[in-house]
Amino acid sequence: MAQVTARSKQKIATAVIWASGVVTALILLTIVLYILAKGLPYVNWQFLTTAPEGGLSGEGGISSAIIATVYLIAFTIALLIIPGIGTAIYLTEYAPDNWFTSAIRYAINTLAGVPSIVFGLFGFALFVTALHFNFSILSGALTLVCLLLPTLISTTEESIRAVPQYQREAGFSLGATKWQTISHVILPAALPGIITGIILCIGRAIGETACLYVTMGGGSAVPTSLLSGGRTLALHVYYLATDTRASEKAMATAAILVILIIIINTLTNWLSQRFHTRMVGRT
Amino acid sequence: MVCASLSFIILLAIIIFILREGLPAFSKIGIFQLLFGTEWSPTNNQYGLLPMIVGSLVVTCGSLLLAVPMGIACAILLAEVAPVRVRQMLRPAVELLVGIPSVVFGLVGMLVIVPTIRQIGGTGYSVLAACVVLMAMILPTIISISDDSIRAVPRKYKEGSLAMGATHWQTIWHVLIPAARSGIGAAVVLGIGRAIGETMAMIMVIGNAVIFPDSLLSPARTLTGNIAVEIQYASGTHASALFATAVVLLAFIIILNTITMNIFKRGISGTGNR
Repeated sequence: MAQVTARSKQKIATAVIWASGVVTALILLTIVLYILAKGLPYVNWQFLTTAPEGGLSGEGGISSAIIATVYLIAFTIALLIIPGIGTAIYLTEYAPDNWFTSAIRYAINTLAGVPSIVFGLFGFALFVTALHFNFSILSGALTLVCLLLPTLISTTEESIRAVPQYQREAGFSLGATKWQTISHVILPAALPGIITGIILCIGRAIGETACLYVTMGGGSAVPTSLLSGGRTLALHVYYLATDTRASEKAMATAAILVILIIIINTLTNWLSQRFHTRMVGRT
Repeated sequence: MVCASLSFIILLAIIIFILREGLPAFSKIGIFQLLFGTEWSPTNNQYGLLPMIVGSLVVTCGSLLLAVPMGIACAILLAEVAPVRVRQMLRPAVELLVGIPSVVFGLVGMLVIVPTIRQIGGTGYSVLAACVVLMAMILPTIISISDDSIRAVPRKYKEGSLAMGATHWQTIWHVLIPAARSGIGAAVVLGIGRAIGETMAMIMVIGNAVIFPDSLLSPARTLTGNIAVEIQYASGTHASALFATAVVLLAFIIILNTITMNIFKRGISGTGNR
């Protein structure tokens, strides 16, 4: 008798799991397909290459938003790479087990949980107001660096830790110094992992809005220097959705964002698979 | 070492700046008035954060109530029940959704969910819309981390349980889920963090009115929304009060993390496995 109840329980539970799991997955997939279906028909060459004109009807395209996004991300990543990778090397290879190291670890973990808008507020107080960078790409990029630093540190750390210990020992046994071992053995071996981390950061930067909303100003003109304001694609979606009636243009921009994220995901998956094969050897 | 200090310095700088700008509000307005005052009206020098605190909590709890059961069910499906081919299709889709920008969720909320809720009553810009949008945003996080942690349970646990004659479901419910609970807990905590910190999608669907939400259909405002909506034109005590909002937000996040971490430490040491 107990067998029978356990069996029927198993059947019911499996059915419930299937139903709720499939429903959940369908909801999520519908969101993506909905955006692509509604947005992509409005994407064309003209949309990509004309500047937004502003106004209630939201005329024009998204060229200035594309340019601002590219500027912002290039500058952010350029600033981010050295401190991010440097910290990861320090934490994995050099850091002694003391209060300083644990303070840094605590700081990284805490920063990873701080909401984007709080970073934005900090950027607003320090870069926009106190340092007089005003609402600009520079302020936005510096704020983004603070926001992304924990992500890059932890992904880089993981990929450095994945380099087998014997490779380090081989380096040392050849008479290489510690830094030579790191720069010639460990970093090249960990490179695909590090690049994956950087691409992940680019993905987050593309989607980030709250901290840029309060540091970049959101002007729709084409940015001419680091000190001019601008709006990224993600911010453009927000402005179109809230300030104009051009919901189809907002959808089109959102569709472009989704496609960018799909490309980035495919790239990181491919890279981390290659990295994995390289670490464990070909199977 | 210089590089490594940077993240520490950034954290310190954030705390110092937010406190420095926010403390005048605490002293001028009074900590009690600020935290429990029910009026937020900068033009009349009224700065009470309680409506926003309630708004943030209601929206976070609501979205968790929806997302946690669905997320765990979906994770069990992916990790244990579904055949490999279904898994291979769904898993990348879930990972993709983790990366979808929050404005995109907000946009779909504005164009699809808000009009749907308007049919039921009110303007549509409501707590309910915010809960639904947040649910969709935190689901992928909860699913992918829970899935990972269920699959990380050592295979011998499962084999041991099956060998004793337990059904697959009994094994999942009594062995795998308890063994994976710290990972599932971490997933939920991350979900809470994302829900409390979410800004743009919330501004877009919740209506941003400073009132106590008295039903699911009434508009509200979150702590994050309060900062984002007003910071660009605020000055003086008003700006300071917004920084104080960030202090409250940070305090929430730190308290939440500490509580949940303690619960899970106790839970784990109770069963004796790491």
